[in-house]
This record gives sequence, C-alpha cells and structure tokens, in this order.
Amino acid sequence: MTFEEIKQILIAKFGAELILGEETTGLQPALLIQPEKIVEVCRELRDNPATHFDFLNLISAVDYGENKFGVVYHLTSMPYRLQLTLKIVKEHTRDLEDLPSFPSLTSVYKTADWHEREAYDLVGVFFEGHPDLRRILLPDDWEGYPLRKDYKAAEYYKGIKID
Amino acid sequence: MNAALERYYQKIADAATQDMILNMGPQHPSTHGVLRLELITDGEIVKEVIPHMGYLHRCFEKHAESLTYQQTIPFTDRMDYLASMLNSHAWVMGVERMMGIDKEIPKRIEYIRVLVCELNRIGSHLIALGTYGIDIGAFTPFLWCFRDREHIMGLLEWASGSRLLYNYIWIGGLFYDLPVGFEERCREFVTYFKPKLAELNQLLTDNEIFIKRTAGVGVLPLDVAINYGCSGPVLRASGVKWDLRRIDNYSAYPELDFDIPIGKGEMGAVGDCWDRYKVRVDEVAESLKIIEQCLDRLQKELKRTSDFDPRAKMPRKITPKAQDYYMRAEDARGEVGFYYIADGKTEIPYRVKARGPSFNNLSVMAEISKGVMIADLIAILGSIDIVLGELDR
Repeated sequence: MTFEEIKQILIAKFGAELILGEETTGLQPALLIQPEKIVEVCRELRDNPATHFDFLNLISAVDYGENKFGVVYHLTSMPYRLQLTLKIVKEHTRDLEDLPSFPSLTSVYKTADWHEREAYDLVGVFFEGHPDLRRILLPDDWEGYPLRKDYKAAEYYKGIKID
Repeated sequence: MNAALERYYQKIADAATQDMILNMGPQHPSTHGVLRLELITDGEIVKEVIPHMGYLHRCFEKHAESLTYQQTIPFTDRMDYLASMLNSHAWVMGVERMMGIDKEIPKRIEYIRVLVCELNRIGSHLIALGTYGIDIGAFTPFLWCFRDREHIMGLLEWASGSRLLYNYIWIGGLFYDLPVGFEERCREFVTYFKPKLAELNQLLTDNEIFIKRTAGVGVLPLDVAINYGCSGPVLRASGVKWDLRRIDNYSAYPELDFDIPIGKGEMGAVGDCWDRYKVRVDEVAESLKIIEQCLDRLQKELKRTSDFDPRAKMPRKITPKAQDYYMRAEDARGEVGFYYIADGKTEIPYRVKARGPSFNNLSVMAEISKGVMIADLIAILGSIDIVLGELDR
C-alpha cells in the first residue's frame, strides 16, 4: 500500500477536511492532520485490516519556533511493513502557565504513555486524557522545559548559585 | 504542582498505610545502573511497580541541537554505552541518507561497519547474559562472559583506540581502516569463542536451577509487547520475527546470511524470561556467523589495498536539504531510532529526537510484573536487559 492509498482511506473515513497538508518532498512523506482527530485516526489506522499500524515507534514534540508547537508520530505496520509519519501542529503563545494541549494517544498505544511524559517533561506540551502526566526524566521540581528554543539555563537552584 | 503529581503522592501515601513501600535502587546492583523502582508490596507479592528514571539524564537532544552532525557521533556512543558502534552506525546511516550519499559508500567500509557492529553486539549480549546470571544467583557465568568479552574489547580498541566509546564510524566513512592483521586475529577469536559459547550453554542455559527461576516467569504476550513498543530480543522472544536488519535491509545485511532467533517457549511459555535469555544466546551465535562471512569477504574480494582511504567519501560540509527523516536500526536491545529535522541552511540539526529501545522495553515491566514475587521481579528486570545510558539519554 502506498502513501496515497493510506491518505485515501483516511479521507473516505473522516472527510477531506482532516488532511491539512502533506509533505512529500523529503525521503519520508508525512501527513499533517487536524490535532483533535489524532486519536480516532490512529485507532482507525490500527484496527483497519488494510493498514494495521500496530506499532508506534516514536512520539516527538517539536518547538517550531515563534508560536508553533507540534507533535510528530511515527507509526509502523508490522504485518505490511509500512511506515507512516503523522504530524499535528498548534499555534500557542508560549505561556508557561498554560501549555499547548494535544489529545493523548495512550488509549490506542501504550507506548505513548512514557513518550508523552517525556514530551511534556522536555518540550512542555500537555496531553489531554493522559493517565499519569508527570515529569519522567527531570526531577519533579524542575522549572521550565529545556528543549524549547527560548529556554534559558537556570542560574540558581533553590538559592544555590550554579557556576 | 500538577494534578498527576498530586495523584501520585496520594497513591504513595495511601499505600503506605495498607501495604509496604519498598525502594529498589537507585544504588541496587540488580537494577543495572541507576534506576529506582518503587514497589508497592503486600508481603512478598509485588502489587505495583513505579519506575523512576532520569538519574543519568544528560539531554542528548539538547546537545545534538548545538553540535554538527559529525560532532554528535561521540554523544550517540554514550547513549547505549555497551553497544556504542550500533548507535553511531544508526546515526551515521541516517545522516548519509539525508545527504543522499548512502549508495556511494564503498563495500569494504560497509563490511567493516557490520563486522565491528556485530562484534559489539556480541560484547553487549555477553554482558546481558553474564549479569543476568548474577541476578539469579549464578556467579561463574558472569566471570566467563567478561573473560570472553575482554577479547572483543581488545579487538575494538585495536581498531578504534578506545575500549567502550569508539567514535569509529564516521559520516561517509570510517575513522581509520582496520589495522593490519585484524582479520586474522578476529578469526582466531571466533575459533576460540565457539566452544566457549557451548560451555556457557552447559553452565547456564540448561542449568536446572536457572530454568526453574526463569521459565514461565514474566510472560510477555505478543500483543502487549507490540502495544508497548517493545523491540529487539524482548519482542522476538514473544514469538515474532521482527529484526530491522532484515526488515529494512540496511548496510551490508541483505548480502549476509543469518537467521532470526525467536522465542519458542521450550521451557515454559512463549515470551517468558528464559525465552528472552535464549534469544540473546542464539543471537550471539548468529552474530558469529555474520562475522565469519564479513571476514571471508574482507580477506578475499574486498582486500585491504594501499590506496584505500576510508575517509575519501566524507563530505566536506554536512548540510542536508531541509527535510525530516526518521532512521531506525537494530541495536543490541532493539530499535534505536533518530528523528532529524534539518533546516537545510546550517550544519546543525534543528531538532533531534532519539528513541532508546530500553526506554520502551522497560515501560512494559510494570504491566507484566503485577502480582509476582519480589525475587521474580529481579528475573524480569534482568531479562529485559536495560542500559540506563540510553534509557535516560
């Protein structure tokens, strides 16, 4: 099955407005889809016997600079040996109190549990519906999100100067 | 404080009144590094496992965002420090594909890469097998594995100059060609090691106490393994032939002949601790087969010549076109992956995301260790074979 056929399956199921764009210039084509539909799309791709994307390789949250945040999903279909990249993007004000929010994929793939915790921890994106969204790699009292492009390394840790 | 953190503290506070909270690690020898497992136990029975990691976190991704592609190779070595070659091989292949030079790499270089990778894979598996013996209570296999691994360390040190973190595979080539006499010495090692592997099987694999401790323990069903993103020996022990060396056919692997061992449930159920252990033992034997084939080619048609320059194809400036690319490869522990976002203007990636196989393999532990004994938990953790360096990155 080709990338185009997978796209047609999704359009037939969810309508043409689902696909916001596609990137076909690079070596791996990617689909940009509506952020609020990601859970249903992944469940459809996993359960549809024609695609069967049962393996989630990676979730990467990306700070695209300015006011754009995105999450990239790499899926693999083990029976058909296919790979697919899905992207969702949202505009956001970079407010540290109110993080950009995306739907959580934990109900479809359990892999998403720790990957989303890592994305929350390092990039500062929130996943709605995640059962246990705590920091995973950094300590619980860490301030800020290091992989954001505007992150500044802290000068003090609990009143102790960091040299 | 966020809501999930509050829920977690509440859970611990509640559990402390009814059950016992037991902290295993971060300085526990059987957690294979600095991993802390918080156990909620009822007597000897483990009710829940809450892993806490990050003690070894160095934010590889932040480093990669401020260094060029070539400069990041030593950092990839430090991810999975027991299988450095395999990590840097994955990183290098990804960059080469983005540059479009992956087809131009000379055959000799590809074969040397596969040779050192497979040597490193054996070394890594030997540690996994030896320390697994120690976790279960068998001390001798550990010493035997380390004795044999020392030969591999010596070989790789001879080629690259260092014992653990090699920085040997470079973008478009190699650091240096193999030293003169390496192939012969490597063949001696293979001849030496084959009977030793049979001895190890007699000592540990077929040991009755070992089988009693591992067979039927920590059974990981295939659908759970896939849903949790497990890969490598952990996934294959659950009974699926999923090896990226065959699936993606990268580097010189399509020309090499080797089998993919899977778990068959010989001693207990498919996907138990013994299967995961046995898959690694069989993979060592397969790696030896690959090494022999590589040596055959390297000593015959791909012989060392005086004008051979392993750095000839190295690009002067490594600036891939603006694109994103996900490169995956089979590490000793599973699927190691790098997701690059190149902006096309600079030699520094805009964003890099690394997938550590241990990170995903460990996440399944909480699921399969509900209701087991504390001693079995050690057996499960050891059979997953984690390396904290890539778990925390």
